[in-house]
Amino acid sequence: MAPIARLLLLALLSTALTISSGSGDGYTINGRVKIPQGLGTKGFALPGKTSNVKVILNGGQIVTYLRPDGYFSFQNIPAGTHLIEVAAIGYFFSPVRVDVSARNPGKVQAALTENRRGLSELVLEPLRDEQYYEIREPFSIMSVVKSPMGLMVGFMLVVVFLMPKLVENMDPEEMRRAQEEMRNQGVPSLASLLPGGGRN
Amino acid sequence: MAIRSFFLFILFFSSSLSPVFSLYEDQVGLMDWHQQYIGKVKQAVFSSQRAGRKRVVVSTEENVIASLDLRHGEIFWRHLLGADDVIDGIDIGLGKYVITLSSGGSILRSWNLPDGQMVWESSLQGPKLSKSFLLVPTNLKFDKDNVLVVFSNGRLHAISCIDGEVLWKKDFEAESFEVQQVIQPPGSDLIYVVGFAASYQFEMYQINAKNGELLKHESASFSSGFSGEVSLVSTETVVALDSTGSILLTISFQDGKISSQQTPISNLVEDSLGLAVIIPSSVSGIFAIKTDAVTVFIRVIGEGKLEVVEKTTHEIAVSDALSISEDQQAFALIQHASSEIHLTVKLAHDWDGNLLKESVKMDWQRGLVHKVFINNYIRTDRSYGFRVLIVMEDHSLLLLQQGEIVWSREDGLASIIDVTTSELPVERNGVSVAKVEHNLFEWLKGHMLKLKGTLMLASPEDMAAIQSMRLKSSEKSKMTRDHNGFRKLLIVLTRAGKLFALHTGDGRIVWSHLLRSLHKSEACQSPIGLNLYQWQVPHHHAMDENPSVLVVSRCGPSSDTPGVLSFVDTYTGKELSSLSLDHAVVQVIPLPYTDSTEQRLHLLINADKHAHLYPKTSEALSIFKREFLNIYWYSVEDQNGIIKGHALKCKCTGEVADEFCFDTRDLWSVVFPSESEKIVATVTRKLNEVVHTQAKVVADQDVMYKYISRNLLFVATVAPKGSGEIGSVTPEESWLVAYLIDTVTGRILHRVTHHGSQGPVHAVFSENWVVYHYFNLRAHRYEMSVIEIYDQSRADNKDVWKLVLGKHNLTSPISLFSRPEVITKSQSYFFTHSLKAIAVTSTAKGITSKQLLLGTIGDQVLALDKRFLDPRRTVNPTQAEKEEGIIPLTDSLPIIPQSYVTHALRVEGLRGIITVPAKLESTTLVFAHGVDLFFTQLAPSRTYDSLTEDFSYALLLITIVALVAAIFVTWRLSERKELQEKWR
Repeated sequence: MAPIARLLLLALLSTALTISSGSGDGYTINGRVKIPQGLGTKGFALPGKTSNVKVILNGGQIVTYLRPDGYFSFQNIPAGTHLIEVAAIGYFFSPVRVDVSARNPGKVQAALTENRRGLSELVLEPLRDEQYYEIREPFSIMSVVKSPMGLMVGFMLVVVFLMPKLVENMDPEEMRRAQEEMRNQGVPSLASLLPGGGRN
Repeated sequence: MAIRSFFLFILFFSSSLSPVFSLYEDQVGLMDWHQQYIGKVKQAVFSSQRAGRKRVVVSTEENVIASLDLRHGEIFWRHLLGADDVIDGIDIGLGKYVITLSSGGSILRSWNLPDGQMVWESSLQGPKLSKSFLLVPTNLKFDKDNVLVVFSNGRLHAISCIDGEVLWKKDFEAESFEVQQVIQPPGSDLIYVVGFAASYQFEMYQINAKNGELLKHESASFSSGFSGEVSLVSTETVVALDSTGSILLTISFQDGKISSQQTPISNLVEDSLGLAVIIPSSVSGIFAIKTDAVTVFIRVIGEGKLEVVEKTTHEIAVSDALSISEDQQAFALIQHASSEIHLTVKLAHDWDGNLLKESVKMDWQRGLVHKVFINNYIRTDRSYGFRVLIVMEDHSLLLLQQGEIVWSREDGLASIIDVTTSELPVERNGVSVAKVEHNLFEWLKGHMLKLKGTLMLASPEDMAAIQSMRLKSSEKSKMTRDHNGFRKLLIVLTRAGKLFALHTGDGRIVWSHLLRSLHKSEACQSPIGLNLYQWQVPHHHAMDENPSVLVVSRCGPSSDTPGVLSFVDTYTGKELSSLSLDHAVVQVIPLPYTDSTEQRLHLLINADKHAHLYPKTSEALSIFKREFLNIYWYSVEDQNGIIKGHALKCKCTGEVADEFCFDTRDLWSVVFPSESEKIVATVTRKLNEVVHTQAKVVADQDVMYKYISRNLLFVATVAPKGSGEIGSVTPEESWLVAYLIDTVTGRILHRVTHHGSQGPVHAVFSENWVVYHYFNLRAHRYEMSVIEIYDQSRADNKDVWKLVLGKHNLTSPISLFSRPEVITKSQSYFFTHSLKAIAVTSTAKGITSKQLLLGTIGDQVLALDKRFLDPRRTVNPTQAEKEEGIIPLTDSLPIIPQSYVTHALRVEGLRGIITVPAKLESTTLVFAHGVDLFFTQLAPSRTYDSLTEDFSYALLLITIVALVAAIFVTWRLSERKELQEKWR
């Protein structure tokens, strides 16, 4: 909890330059990964620890980790357009396109590639948290009733308890007629129901 | 059959779009297992923390830094650095920070020891490349701050241990100066930097550790020059070998004055030794030199006098020095003797007095001891105890203490080269390994518990019982073949040359075997394992013959060194035989023919393009002769941008008559223009892939015929400029071209150019489609494309009347030499992540729909339904197309978190994904390997042919019982009612 609080505090103070010209042949990209509080806490057993968050440049050219305050930096980066990805278990981060300009060093040009949103400073936030597991539905009568076995039992109950009621409500004359019809046909036996059983 | 497949078709298309692979949290570990490794340890540092759990911090050849529990060998935390960020040195600073120097000494990081959080990172630049050294002096303080001394890239830095600030730096710009050692004598404020200049001059710089000021610079020239490493024998003396390797130079630089002594090795050791090398060690006063056969330990007795203390012909390994008190240093020495290793701990100044002497039984499958690290602890009786960490030839890590192996880690599994599978033995009476099935009561009790679980009535204890019961299920880890084909052996070849068999049920090691043929020998200097092939898979004789695998390896890094074949029984792990070849192995072609003992025929192509047939039996030869004209293969020369097709010509016309050797001829070649195209990926279909049907029913009862050929090759080329990293080219000067080439005729069936795109390209080929992943520079996003290829020549067979009248061409022979009438369809989509690997699910009969398995940059494996990559997707599909299961077109592919097959786990350092069909058609087995291993079962269209794991038998039983009871009750009721009726 403490690092997150510190992180939020730093969010207010953050004035870091995203890109600064480094010594020698390259530039430095500085940025920050911010995982807001609240996200990823519900129903998720293993929120990715910040110590395991990797920041990856250009599909694996350079891999770095986060400092306790969420900052990261890539050093000796040539001018050009680069791609930064964040790998964190439990969160979905959009890759970020970063333009390092040789003409005016220090200029920030970053955009999320997923939704083409520009970033004024290189603060990367997850677009959403990722739930890797299905959530078990709590026990409900409906789910039991809906299952095939529940339907079987339900149908049986209907036949046992509702059919006599229906029979009772029938007109006595009609009933007699129906009973006579049944007697004429004979009781349907299991054998006659089976395919091929009728022949015997 | 037809009806069944039709039903299955309906089943697939009607299944909803919700993620097919999804898991409840309590199902973790039921079907899958995950193992974490670190790789071969390069360096180990013991944490000297008094309180808390004992730890050891290690860096490995897989580029991992990890903190291990010294009691059990478990991983506390672990970080995998980038592939180019090779670790040069590690140490512990202030007792609570792990310091790592990596990337050739240009990145210094500090990690929190308890939890592995990175504390700071600093980048160190310098004027030129050099060796790099990391020193953590314990007594060098600078405003209450501990100082780290780093020499890298020709510059000496002093760095604050707390925040990584550079306190001072000093350049060593002299052109030819090559640093050999950086020394910080304890208790002084001096730093010595020693090295060679112009290969015959010895240079010494004395530097003030407080401010980096150069105090003294001395040099002395030695006409004989230097070779190899130097060994530090005291804080002010080094030992080096001259360029001939026969004279030892003892150079001391006490008080800034260089004095030296030359001692020919022959003076110390009577018999000539050949070329010697110094074994680097940090033990004061003692150093070792090693020749081919002998290792000699030499002591330095003041003023450069040398004395031999021991000479041994055994294989030995020496640890670094460990200071146990103010003026005492101890070190560990390990010697091999047949099946045992002898561990001795000695004091540096007293060779003959052993502090400890132990013998430990060692499995010879672990090979030789490669590295030793020593640590001490204080026993209850206040005497010193020692424990040593040893790294073996097979890359495993063991902790020895009190003459026993306390724990061991099989870290060779972190570097898998190739994987194949093998069936388990068929269950026979009396052979079954499994325990007796528990009785009916227990079975029912288990299911009642499960029922309680599903009804959410179970207490936490019950839940725990259910979970442990499910995980322990003896069924999945039996040692026999099962009906569904879920239980198999994964045979893996590791970089250390060790073969492991892992059980798919729980991932345990069934056997392991360090290949004799991959052992260093006179004939074979540095053997490397290359590939695994299934050599013999008995079906007809499954009861009495064991399957075996072929391990192909070669004797050196270049492709023209002779090859070695070994044959290993997969049930027992015994090496059946091995063959040292007199030719190289450039390509291995498993042929689709087997002999009467079901040994598969293999064709080995050597560097001179001769083909050698194995096994070398007359029967194999006669089978081969029959198919002589039907054997074609291709080769890819990436450097020259040429793809060639080959066929067999005749018997070898060499001087030695070898009837198993054949000359080959080139049939065709495709030459890519080197100024505009460079081959980056070639992919072909898996040899053992099964395709269920050629026909594909599309909307409106129409049929399309897939163009299914085993001889299709997908080739991707990029502009040479664009073959570098992302961001190094502009979209205008980069393009990617994808080809489909027939490997028998060399005909290009399809060619498509993606402008403004670049590699890396990852591709997978299956049935009649290929899917590839690349980077689109214009959109600055990754893209995936699909190409499907259809056979048009059969399209007119749709006419029923023609079929009835026999005018169809279904029976006409298929030849690749006739010009195929094919059409291709393709489509592209955006995809969010970078990929490390790509694979496709494979099932026993090829009926089940396919899923792509994408190994993402975050080391997870994502399952993506092939239907998302269907070129017939449109923005507004018609009703008929919707019924067929076509998904409306979107510009990017969805990432559904529930369809990560690795769920909340990472397969750290993912390198490959392998899919193996189970016998059950719906299921495929997936094995992902990198530094970690992960295995699971997948059912791309759900398990439509068996009951799922969470099927409640108890509920079924209860329902049946309830129904039977109800029948009886209603029967009695109706009887009574009838009786009443009659009385009325």
